[in-house]
Amino acid sequence: MDLSYGPEYEAFRDELRAFIAENRHRAPAAPGAAQRAGADAVAWQQLLLEHGYTARTIPREYGGFGAEPDILTSRIIAEEFAAAGVPGGLSNQGISMLVPTLLELGTEEQKRRWIAPTLRGEIVWCQGYSEPGAGSDLAALRTSAREENGEFVINGQKIWTSTAHQADMIFCLVRTEADAPKHAGISYLIFSMKTPGIEVRPLRTMTGHAEFNETFFTDVRVPVDQIVGQRGQGWMVANATLGYERGMLGDPAALENRLAALVQLMHDERIDGVRAIDNAALCDRLVALQAEVAAMKFNGLRLLSNSLKGEPGGLAKLIVKLQSCELAHQISALAIDAMGELGLLYGGSRRERAGGSWQWNYMFQLGLIIGGGTAQIQKNIIAERGLGMPREPKLEHARAPKAGAA
Amino acid sequence: MDFGLSPEQRMLRDAVDRLLREHCPLDHVREVAEGGHAVSAAVVAALSELGLSGIMVPEEHGGLGLGLLDALVVAEALGAAVAPVPFVARCVLAPLALRLAGTPAQQARWLPRIADGSARFGVGLTEVVNRRDGGGVTAADGTLSGSALFVLDSADADAFVIADQGGQLHLVAGEADGLERLPLSTIDLTRSVGELRLDGVAAEPLGEDDGGTANRLVAAGRVLLAADSVGAGDVMIARAVDYAGEREQFGRVIGSFQAVKHMCAEMAARLEPCRSLVWYAAHAFDAVPDEALLMACHAKSHTGEVGRFVARTATEVHGGMGFTDLLGLHYWFKRIGFDRQLLGGPEIVRAEAAALQGWGKRAA
Repeated sequence: MDLSYGPEYEAFRDELRAFIAENRHRAPAAPGAAQRAGADAVAWQQLLLEHGYTARTIPREYGGFGAEPDILTSRIIAEEFAAAGVPGGLSNQGISMLVPTLLELGTEEQKRRWIAPTLRGEIVWCQGYSEPGAGSDLAALRTSAREENGEFVINGQKIWTSTAHQADMIFCLVRTEADAPKHAGISYLIFSMKTPGIEVRPLRTMTGHAEFNETFFTDVRVPVDQIVGQRGQGWMVANATLGYERGMLGDPAALENRLAALVQLMHDERIDGVRAIDNAALCDRLVALQAEVAAMKFNGLRLLSNSLKGEPGGLAKLIVKLQSCELAHQISALAIDAMGELGLLYGGSRRERAGGSWQWNYMFQLGLIIGGGTAQIQKNIIAERGLGMPREPKLEHARAPKAGAA
Repeated sequence: MDFGLSPEQRMLRDAVDRLLREHCPLDHVREVAEGGHAVSAAVVAALSELGLSGIMVPEEHGGLGLGLLDALVVAEALGAAVAPVPFVARCVLAPLALRLAGTPAQQARWLPRIADGSARFGVGLTEVVNRRDGGGVTAADGTLSGSALFVLDSADADAFVIADQGGQLHLVAGEADGLERLPLSTIDLTRSVGELRLDGVAAEPLGEDDGGTANRLVAAGRVLLAADSVGAGDVMIARAVDYAGEREQFGRVIGSFQAVKHMCAEMAARLEPCRSLVWYAAHAFDAVPDEALLMACHAKSHTGEVGRFVARTATEVHGGMGFTDLLGLHYWFKRIGFDRQLLGGPEIVRAEAAALQGWGKRAA
């Protein structure tokens, strides 16, 4: 057990701390992940890009900093921004999911054209994966793309396209090979959201906000070279991306921040004049969550060490999405319970705490338990890939999905 | 940066596993447990060959001079094998008490004998955590009186470390006048605990402090009990997965039903982070003193909760067979149950963790 980073890394950490101290007044308020970055956030992103505190390992020719991949450096950057309570580099679906996918599987031309403006926050992306009939069984998707005069003509419907209403671009899974087996008929396309034939309808959720959209495609024409990977390889391309999404949804530092906010809340809120944190039952729940957050933190350190040694993460990695999303939800649940009646206040009410964000989180985090691979799908993955348990036998009459508008 | 076990610690684990596979199969555990011994002399002898009785004894006193994280590796292996071996109190807490609080003379007298296995200690700490009605030890004029309950590794002990109500630790000889030793028989027949009734028994204070050492001993014991549950839980999950892969109902192995798969996935998902938590808690004990007590609380309480979930769920995956004596699965179930209650159940321990952080105070 050696938890030191060594002098070279500590020097880097000192440098970064000095940078944050000097520049933190320029940092924007923490942006919601689904928001288009404002001018201050774009300027902040630019500053971080210049110093290599975001997109650090992305090659310079694509707008990154061009440093050698180094897990500990990335870790220090994440730690220091979190510790300072200052937002780090932009995190959105374009940066977290599309950029790594293009780096791995895109053409040179695609990399040069899309990565840099995405990193700068100038291009906002949305993800076109799920459909009304293709959720957990994503490969059953039916949005079709037939080739015609050097273009794909797309028809169908996507759902859960979170930033579609403000996105410039979409990365989208479509069925190009109507007669191929389910997984082999899919392609991964990128195209502008301003293309004629796209209609975005906000999808209001239980939170009362429209964090997601439904997106409809009617004869949307996209040049054939806007495919990532080959025709019929979209499933493989998408799986590369889903891995990044699960990484995004299981960040232990985010859990530590939520827990710290909960501890602060329970210090501040009083019940009959007694701090919530001194209420035995509430405090018991808090300490139980604190232990679980610690366990996930150390699980994360273990995974970090595994990757440093080039060892696979195994079970410790497969469980992260399931456990982290559940834990985040429980943290919000306790916050609401600790607030009692005040925990109900929402929608800008008088006496509302923290802008109603605990209630919003409580509901939205339930969405995260479902999204990005439901808890049940995660359990299948843990059982099958982690524990080597047998797959459910396939039903003989299960049909290959037919391409076509829903 | 390397979070995890060192190559040496992995080798230690392999060596202990190998030895237990040879000397401590379930048939042997059953024989010892049903014979009412709780201690396998054969397994103890085999472990001594590896020098494990001196694992926590400094090298200058003839031991291996290792830390709690090393001891944890052994505890996890013993839990996995449900080994009837007095380890936690005898090989770790007693030498630790002497190291932390003993005078040079006490250390010179006892540590070499602990290392070579000729002094076998039991340790009683329920005075500092979880004291129940009927228990209570008071010290006066170099003697102890009262009852120490749940003294760990007591059956064949020839000396004891006992905490009094003030948290002061004492050395008591196993054959001292006025000492009555009564066995307590628990669900877990692989562990030995006893009650000591003391009537003005001669006792030698172990150093002098305000209970700080006793608290540290409790922390070390908690981490090891948690590790024991991680080891035992691992085996319960592996056995459940194996059983679900063989047992057929409705024309399929039951492990292909999602209802059963999800039970196994939930067990793994909850237990896996406990492994990292107990590692860190042991590391904190060895190297990050400010965090040691809190992390020991977290490791104990959280692993206690997860352990109970794994123990019952793995049993359920086995269906009716899990409930029988035949499979012997209940040895792990009971072992995990023991780990959960001793040195404080989850609620007691969480209240302590809260107090360490200034939370949970009663209104003035």
